[in-house]
Amino acid sequence: MSTNALKRAGGAGQSGDKIFSGASLAAGCLILAALFSVAVFLIIEALPVFGADPSEITGGDGFFTYIFPIVIGTVIAAAIALLIATPLGIGVALFISHYAPRRFAQGLGYVIDLLAAIPSVVYGAWGYAVLAPQLAIAYDWLARNLGWIPIFEGPASQTGRTMLTAGIVLAVMVLPIITSLSREIFLQTPKLHEEAALAMGATRWEMITMAVLPFARPGIISAAMLGLGRALGETMAVALVLSGGALTASLIQSGNQTIAAEIALNFPEAYGLRLAELIAAGLVLFVITLAVNIVARWIISRHKEFSGAN
Amino acid sequence: MANATLTPRRSQLTKGRMPSYTLWVVLAASIVVGAALAALVGFSLVPFALFSAILFIIAGTAVTGVVEGSRKARNRLAMFLIYGSFLVALLPLLSVIWTVLERGVPGLTYNFLFTSMNGVTGAIDNQVVAEGTPVLGGAYHAIVGTLQITLWATLISVPIGLLAAVYLVEYSTGGRLARAITFFVDVMTGIPSIVAGLFAAALFGQLFGPGTRTGFVAAVALSVLMIPVVVRSTEEMLKIVPNELREAAYALGVRKWRTITRVVIPTAISGIASGVTLAIARVIGETAPILVTAGFASSINWNVFGDWMSTLPTFIYYQILTPTSPTATDPSTQRAWAAALVLIIMVMLLNLAARLIARLFAPKTSR
Repeated sequence: MSTNALKRAGGAGQSGDKIFSGASLAAGCLILAALFSVAVFLIIEALPVFGADPSEITGGDGFFTYIFPIVIGTVIAAAIALLIATPLGIGVALFISHYAPRRFAQGLGYVIDLLAAIPSVVYGAWGYAVLAPQLAIAYDWLARNLGWIPIFEGPASQTGRTMLTAGIVLAVMVLPIITSLSREIFLQTPKLHEEAALAMGATRWEMITMAVLPFARPGIISAAMLGLGRALGETMAVALVLSGGALTASLIQSGNQTIAAEIALNFPEAYGLRLAELIAAGLVLFVITLAVNIVARWIISRHKEFSGAN
Repeated sequence: MANATLTPRRSQLTKGRMPSYTLWVVLAASIVVGAALAALVGFSLVPFALFSAILFIIAGTAVTGVVEGSRKARNRLAMFLIYGSFLVALLPLLSVIWTVLERGVPGLTYNFLFTSMNGVTGAIDNQVVAEGTPVLGGAYHAIVGTLQITLWATLISVPIGLLAAVYLVEYSTGGRLARAITFFVDVMTGIPSIVAGLFAAALFGQLFGPGTRTGFVAAVALSVLMIPVVVRSTEEMLKIVPNELREAAYALGVRKWRTITRVVIPTAISGIASGVTLAIARVIGETAPILVTAGFASSINWNVFGDWMSTLPTFIYYQILTPTSPTATDPSTQRAWAAALVLIIMVMLLNLAARLIARLFAPKTSR
């Protein structure tokens, strides 16, 4: 009797197990299928560009002459954003997790979480209406005093709608993402490691460099990566803030363009070959993010032993 | 001997440490010198704050280094920079919120919330500006569209994302499929939103004929953006659940799926909820994918499976970019900022709800 009861119970649980594992496997495969179809669609739609006569492409010099400046523009914008946002984000996360009074820490984390939610179009409107006019004054000063550095070459934009402004707006947008993810990881640092470091007489900063940061490194990298993903693909903020144009080294003149903004600004009127061109530009953006992710994954896999799980 | 005990002497423990008021003195000095330096370049708030902060960081670190030694100085410098980074991070964020409140509140009327843009033309806006009467037209249609599209995107993404994360953490043994899924989820986080929109538009164009634009197409586009965020955050949270909990459940003879649904997920639910919130927050404000998938409407549409739809982000974008009246843009600007305010309030309410759910289900931990 008892063996029968055990078998029955086992049978019921087993089917639950099967359904649940099957469903989760199916969900995983669905993600692969979705991404695969995105890639296939992009390649098929972009193909006409590569067979077309170079003179028919915008700029008249073939696709690669067309795409090169906006690829560089995209990389510059994302680089400015990450250079500003990563150290700042780690600092803010450390402040919330290890420096702020415990009573306020949760509230401050909540504030940062809310700020991650401000939509890109609002950041774009803010950058356009508030930040750019303010920065125009600083750009003017930079052009007069540091103009010999190529990136600050004058004459500075009078509206402030430049690459540096776009980069700063992007940095503001990715900052909450980097902060909230790093903070979650910092809070997971084993308490015993921290206490051991402090008990050995380490200062708070030494405790952070010895216990917290090594533990959190893969988390920080994946946080920065998510931030980079958003900075590279961000469309509306750049489209609203940047007064685009040809590629220039100076970050404080109008000019430069990013792939995403180029697509957004030109897509509504595009048809035929121009449409294929913009989709090919999207494909290039896709490939860039792929390369970024491969590098980041490689870094994370080298530090796998630190990841908290298993 | 008696004298020695009476005279207040620095304790051996606090020897070589600065008195607690030192940094306040340094701060005051930095502000004075910073003000003087700022006056040299023509006094205004930004250079004043900048100079004072830099002076304080340098002087504070230097004083600590002289009195307490280099290790303490490095500690102090790190503390300054970390506090400073928090203050710097707050500046743009406060500015955004202030701007949206300042410019959005005047337009936030009952009329704005409960009427659509149906029938509001440039001529009406011109008349409103000329006569100084209240602005007509509102964002009711866009609010409806935002709620509908985001709801559908969440309904699609959360089950798929959650199950995929469960597969990755609980079922996979690190095989080729799991590595492929992890890898491509990372790739998906980098998909530009506009490309996701193009994908959904093309998919439904293939299935239902070209030019198919409905709220549901937009929801699918948003799901492409949302799923990887849900998977990544859920995965991180599930990984952090201690193995001891799983082993304890197995030792009691609990089935694996019961362990996952009753032990692992409840332990991680607060993190999962915060991840899903971030995912919703990311997609609710997306503009580009909506533009190419749901089109733009000025009247109310409750049906996600038919006809064009407007959302708050596209409403804001079009009101700023193509004002209803090209000659009198003020009513459009006012509507745009009011819509931005509504959008932000919506997102904050969502966050609050997720936070409450997380708190109700959070397990007791040592922290």
